[in-house]
Amino acid sequence: MFDDSNIIVGLEIGTSKICAVVGEQNADPASAGLNIVGLGQSPARGMRKGEIVDAALAEECVRNAIVEAEQMADVEIRSVYLGVTGGHIRGFNNRGVHPVVSADREISDDDVQDVIKNAKAINLPAENTVVHAVRQHFLVDGHDGITNPVGMLGARLEVDMHVVHGNTNRLQNSVRLVKGLQLEVEEIVFNGLASSLALLTSEQKELGALVIDIGGGTTDYVVYADGVIKHTGALALGGDHVSNDLGHGLKVPLSRAEKLKLEHGSALVDEAMKGRTLTLTNELGLPLKTINVEHLQRIMSLRLEEIFQIVAQDLEQAGFTDYLRAGVFLSGGCARSPQIAKLAEPVFQMPVSLGQTNSISGLKSALDQPEFVTAIGLAKFGSLKTRKREGKPSFAQGIKSTIAGFLRR
Amino acid sequence: MKTKTETPVAAPESNQTRSVKIIGVGGAGVSLLDTLPGDEFAGAGFVAVNTDAPSLDASAAAVKIHLETKLMRGLGTGGDPERGRAIAEEQFSTLKTACESADVVLIIAGLGGGAGSGISPVLARAAKETGALVLAFVTLPFLCEGNRRHQQAQQSLEHLKSVADGVICLPSQKTFKLIDENTSVLETFRITGGLLVEGIRGVWQLLTRPGLIQIHFDDLCALVRNRHSESVFACVEAAGAGRSREVVEKLLAHPLLDEGRALAESDAVLVSLLGGKDLTMAEVNRVMEQIGRHCEHAQIIMGAAVDAEMKNHLSVTVIAAKHNPVAPAESPAAGQSGEPAEQAFPRGAARPSSRCMPQANPFSLQQREQTLAKNAGGRARKSGSRMRQEQLPLAIISKGRFDKSEPTIHKGEDLDIPTYLRRGVPLN
Repeated sequence: MFDDSNIIVGLEIGTSKICAVVGEQNADPASAGLNIVGLGQSPARGMRKGEIVDAALAEECVRNAIVEAEQMADVEIRSVYLGVTGGHIRGFNNRGVHPVVSADREISDDDVQDVIKNAKAINLPAENTVVHAVRQHFLVDGHDGITNPVGMLGARLEVDMHVVHGNTNRLQNSVRLVKGLQLEVEEIVFNGLASSLALLTSEQKELGALVIDIGGGTTDYVVYADGVIKHTGALALGGDHVSNDLGHGLKVPLSRAEKLKLEHGSALVDEAMKGRTLTLTNELGLPLKTINVEHLQRIMSLRLEEIFQIVAQDLEQAGFTDYLRAGVFLSGGCARSPQIAKLAEPVFQMPVSLGQTNSISGLKSALDQPEFVTAIGLAKFGSLKTRKREGKPSFAQGIKSTIAGFLRR
Repeated sequence: MKTKTETPVAAPESNQTRSVKIIGVGGAGVSLLDTLPGDEFAGAGFVAVNTDAPSLDASAAAVKIHLETKLMRGLGTGGDPERGRAIAEEQFSTLKTACESADVVLIIAGLGGGAGSGISPVLARAAKETGALVLAFVTLPFLCEGNRRHQQAQQSLEHLKSVADGVICLPSQKTFKLIDENTSVLETFRITGGLLVEGIRGVWQLLTRPGLIQIHFDDLCALVRNRHSESVFACVEAAGAGRSREVVEKLLAHPLLDEGRALAESDAVLVSLLGGKDLTMAEVNRVMEQIGRHCEHAQIIMGAAVDAEMKNHLSVTVIAAKHNPVAPAESPAAGQSGEPAEQAFPRGAARPSSRCMPQANPFSLQQREQTLAKNAGGRARKSGSRMRQEQLPLAIISKGRFDKSEPTIHKGEDLDIPTYLRRGVPLN
């Protein structure tokens, strides 16, 4: 077992599966400093629409996933970066203003800290907490697009922040569950943000991109433009809805609907499948029921199309449709549906592709699956955080290096 | 600026000379009288009237009248208003002397018992005969106090209404809104008393403070007459910069006004503002505008006064009278003067200089009530019960596994229902 101080774990408690990704931090810039060394997953129970409905069941599943990840990576997991989602999560942009008061009008570090503090002072409903407050750009005297204003001259410093917030109690539910397993929660991360971190290269972020993570119970989406997060959203819609629709429309039990979705599902109605029927058999091989494949695909297609339409409407309202020059990237379990990109393209009227987690090295082929994107993104988020922290050496490290210096002499 | 104008409208002097007697009747009345802070009511004569010697002994009132006959053997009225009435009639001259030399007599009593219910109407009549204006503040008993007390209280109230110029009554039952489960009986009575005292204080301020916009005592009496059982009052106070807004907020949250509903239902509202010298017209305007918005159909009588001691404070007293569809028995004294109907409305300059309350012609008053009811009642009732479209639980479409989870609503659509169903795509 190696030193686990540079081990970073991302834990995603999804509606259909729970996934834990173990990453090891390295200094290799080619792999963005993160090497995936282990992965554990377990089908989720006791979850609905991205939130816990049965804590005992969910806890058992989380334990299974963590144990599997520990065995695979041969480490002991102590803390995790926990992904959160749910229909209650909202994102909005906020602007903080701070007048520069120094005599020479030079913007100092303190001014920057102050303006960020002002931007974070937001009027949220009492029951909500901020999940993320991400800095976008600074404005100096109304001049936009400044990334580092320290040392510039100006009278008025402003900063745009993107704030993601959600209901405190509902966020705390999953945190408590993880803490109940004697695991430390380093930070909670919005799933959509994690997915975008795993999928997008900095070039794509600069060009402008939309990441849609269609999971089992929720659809999370994040818009990047000019290299920063511009918009986020979460919908309590996902693969479970597709299965539910199928169960309802084809009059089959949910478990069977789930299976049919995976085996015969398609995001677009396949011309070749028109008029084709499937005969379902019971466990003895006797015919039970005949279903129409075209109906199956139509029901699925309508639901997925609707999800895309809702996201597209939201973007249009927020006015970001024209910023997405890199296109749309899909992840999550539903992104596996055949022809889903083809379905989404006319809705967004821009290139749509499946996301690739190419910015991370490790068990590459095994990991490049749309389901794991969020968990990998969580680990990446953790590695970015710890690297930032390492910028300033801790007290203990300081002493260590001093002693090492002495010994070397 | 003390110009000796003949019009009593802007002459504060006329207020100063008005002598007021506050008379507490019966056990409740006497103890309420004691709770009135003496310094605030400086200049008023306090009189306690009871049949019960120990209660009088404990009282701090300047004048105590012990109504006693051999008939009672020192046991009080025994909860029988007839006895109270009989003894009061017997000692009518004593009561009359007590009311002598007063311009205004405020009677405080708790109705329902023997002394309060029996003596108050007689006392009111006595005061009336001395020529004073009579305003009665009475409490009605709690429902749980029993049927008999309630009946006695109602009877007495009717009597009182027919003789007094005005009756403001506080049904104790209403204070249940103010108290919680753990409030003791003692505390409850204290609260009820406190509310009544608040009302008395409001009227007192009305009478004694120099008015910028004067409310006459007549206006007050005209307002409360014939509407007694329904009249409610509230007195609120606020200080600081946002006082006018705060005052309105407090008023609308006042439990006795049913969160402002009483205002909407009332057909006559008297508003008296009392502020320091810094009271601005804008504030008066703001308060009146807000109150006016809540009682669009009511006749509003408004007064504003200034008290140098009220620095930075604003106190508002509201007396709202609801139209009582059952017209109470007209006073026997009323109607002897053939005054025009407008007399019932406030008409500042036309106020008679005498202390005699202008008694409105009963017919015209009824007519007025009818017109008011026609104008206001219908609309008020309509606005009271807002139309609401109920949603029937017609869940024909099962939501399958999402049946019990929080629905995903997007632009009014329940997205948990299969898309193909919502879009009406046929599957054959």
